[in-house]
Amino acid sequence: MQDSLSSLKKKAEAAKAKKAAYGEDIDLENYDIAPKNAPEAESLEDLDNDLQRTLLSAGVVPTGEGRVGSFLLLDNAVVHRSQKEESIEVMSTQQALKKYNWVNDYYWKAVPPDTDKYTATTFLENADGYFIRALPGTKAKMPVQTCLLLGSRNAAQTVHNIVIVEEGAELEVVTGCTTKPGVEKALHLGISEFYIKKGGKLTFTMIHNWAEQVGVRPRTVVIVGEGATYVNNYVCLKPVKSIQMYPTARLEGKESFGRFNTVAIAHPGSEIDIGSKVVLSAPKARAEIVSRSITTGGKSIARGRLVGEAPGIRAHLECKGLILQENGIQLAIPELEASVPDVEMTHEAAVGKIAKDQIEYIMARGLSETEAVGIIIRGFLEVGIRGIPEELKKEIDKAISATELSLG
Amino acid sequence: MLEIKDLTVEVGGRTVLRDVNLSVMSGYTSVLFGPNGSGKSSLLMTIMGFSEYHVKKGQILFKGEDITHLPMYERAKMGIGIMMQRPPNLVGVKLGDLVRVIEKNTNDLYQLAASLRMEKFLERDVNVGFSGGEIKRSELLQLTAQNPCLYLLDEPESGVDLESIERIGNAIKMLLSGSLGCAGKKSIDGKSALIITHTGQILDYIEADRGYVMCNGTISCSGNPRELLQEIRKRGYEECVKCKIR
Ligand SMILES: Nc1ncnc2c1ncn2[C@@H]1O[C@H](COP(=O)(O)OP(=O)(O)O)[C@@H](O)[C@H]1O
Ligand SMILES: [Mg+2]
Repeated sequence: MQDSLSSLKKKAEAAKAKKAAYGEDIDLENYDIAPKNAPEAESLEDLDNDLQRTLLSAGVVPTGEGRVGSFLLLDNAVVHRSQKEESIEVMSTQQALKKYNWVNDYYWKAVPPDTDKYTATTFLENADGYFIRALPGTKAKMPVQTCLLLGSRNAAQTVHNIVIVEEGAELEVVTGCTTKPGVEKALHLGISEFYIKKGGKLTFTMIHNWAEQVGVRPRTVVIVGEGATYVNNYVCLKPVKSIQMYPTARLEGKESFGRFNTVAIAHPGSEIDIGSKVVLSAPKARAEIVSRSITTGGKSIARGRLVGEAPGIRAHLECKGLILQENGIQLAIPELEASVPDVEMTHEAAVGKIAKDQIEYIMARGLSETEAVGIIIRGFLEVGIRGIPEELKKEIDKAISATELSLG
Repeated sequence: MLEIKDLTVEVGGRTVLRDVNLSVMSGYTSVLFGPNGSGKSSLLMTIMGFSEYHVKKGQILFKGEDITHLPMYERAKMGIGIMMQRPPNLVGVKLGDLVRVIEKNTNDLYQLAASLRMEKFLERDVNVGFSGGEIKRSELLQLTAQNPCLYLLDEPESGVDLESIERIGNAIKMLLSGSLGCAGKKSIDGKSALIITHTGQILDYIEADRGYVMCNGTISCSGNPRELLQEIRKRGYEECVKCKIR
């Protein structure tokens, strides 16, 4: 049943103009495919100071301290890759395809290239990205960090990532996506295919730190095996033009578990359409989706979809949105679909403003309204990022402090 | 310390307090009795400055200053602190973090919390899933950090089991009188309080010099708090209501 590369190519060709199911349609003609070449860097510390600061703000540590591996894609060029342990491989997807024949079994096998024009274009560009693999039984003590950096104006970055967590292995990946200072307008297309084998665990944390005119269309599918766990943390607090993504976890092994945590702020002029989907197709699979979003004047769409296809499934979806400014829009779309009787699936959605009694409760302790609102908002978002590494939380705290969170 | 003059207050378009007069002397405690729904909580919330409570007439004087229309956090800064009867849940806000921002110089937060048996709650979200007694202790912990000079305590003993009442009662006693024994010193350095008590149990722990009874949104009588309590225990609040009508 596996499609050969040539038949995939045919499908991709046919889908070159296929509009995506959601989100504003981006005219790809308005962008140049980002450069594929750039000088390599032995260490992320060899990059200039501005760039290092940019990486840091997206949670990527230039010294590589506290990380078992690093990877940097600048535009479409692999600038750096390093690994500290043999059992956790970090390389580029194109390198991996050359090194191991079997990578073809994972290449475009989770995300169909003809999903929409963005996947088709990424396929046809032979896009590169990171390839990370935790060998069987390996338990990584520290995360691998990757950075996807947009470095050229008007560029379209096409990325293709593959992560494989072998049987019984545990891996954490932290990805910072950001733009070089001065790159206001650009486009990011990113395919991610993650595979977690029996008893494995992958924690994937992605921080989006784009610029005001950047369009973002990631396409992610995660295949989760028996007794395996996938945890997805997503954080987007900076202004951006348009994000539309709907990452999907397919729980295909029995007793597997999937969790999506999302924290996002829609600034004026931003439209962020962020969903999380879990398809539970094996017995006793469990899933949890938690989303916390704020609008300070932009449009925030929070989608969530749970699909129950096997007995003994439990899943919960919770999305909450705050409107802090008059012209902000919150749209919460939680969906539950079940095709067998023995499932327990629930959802909870709420949008509105911060409860006044909470603000005043804190003000009664001698704090100003601004301080009180800040505390409540931080708490509101905190619930969405309970699982993420402490140091990243600090970066996020900084970003929250820098955001204008006054009441409209 | 606190003087309420002819205070009339509306909530949601309804008059809940009418011509209320009441005062709390510096270094002393007044208690406020009254049946459910008589307006006791509304009075405390109005003194603190919660925005739902609209003053239609009258004045609130604190330390000689008119604070009737001051924003809430300024009142807090001047030294007014409240223990609410039913404070809201703050999901995602840890009690320890909140206490730290209330009192930036809380050196030994853990010890402070331990004195109220709240050390295990510092990492919990404020009030979320707290029992009645835990809510009161959390309020006391926050108040201790805030260190006001006038305490507004709304039914500190309600919804609390007996053992907790003792702990809470003693904690309040410590907050109010500390180690000050001398009446003269107390009137200068001591804390003042206005305490709402439906049952009067709190009087087993603290000294109060004046009692007020509120009925139907107004003060129906005042006097020695223990004598008032005896009377209320004997005859119930119905008498107070009737008494006022006469
Ligand atoms: N926020 C509010 N909105 C509407 N009515 C209120 C509000 N707060 C209090 N009330 C009403 O005011 C009256 C007095 O309530 P309250 O001050 O809580 O009394 P007490 O504390 O003596 O039991 C009650 O009838 C109550 O329903
Ligand atoms: Mg009350």
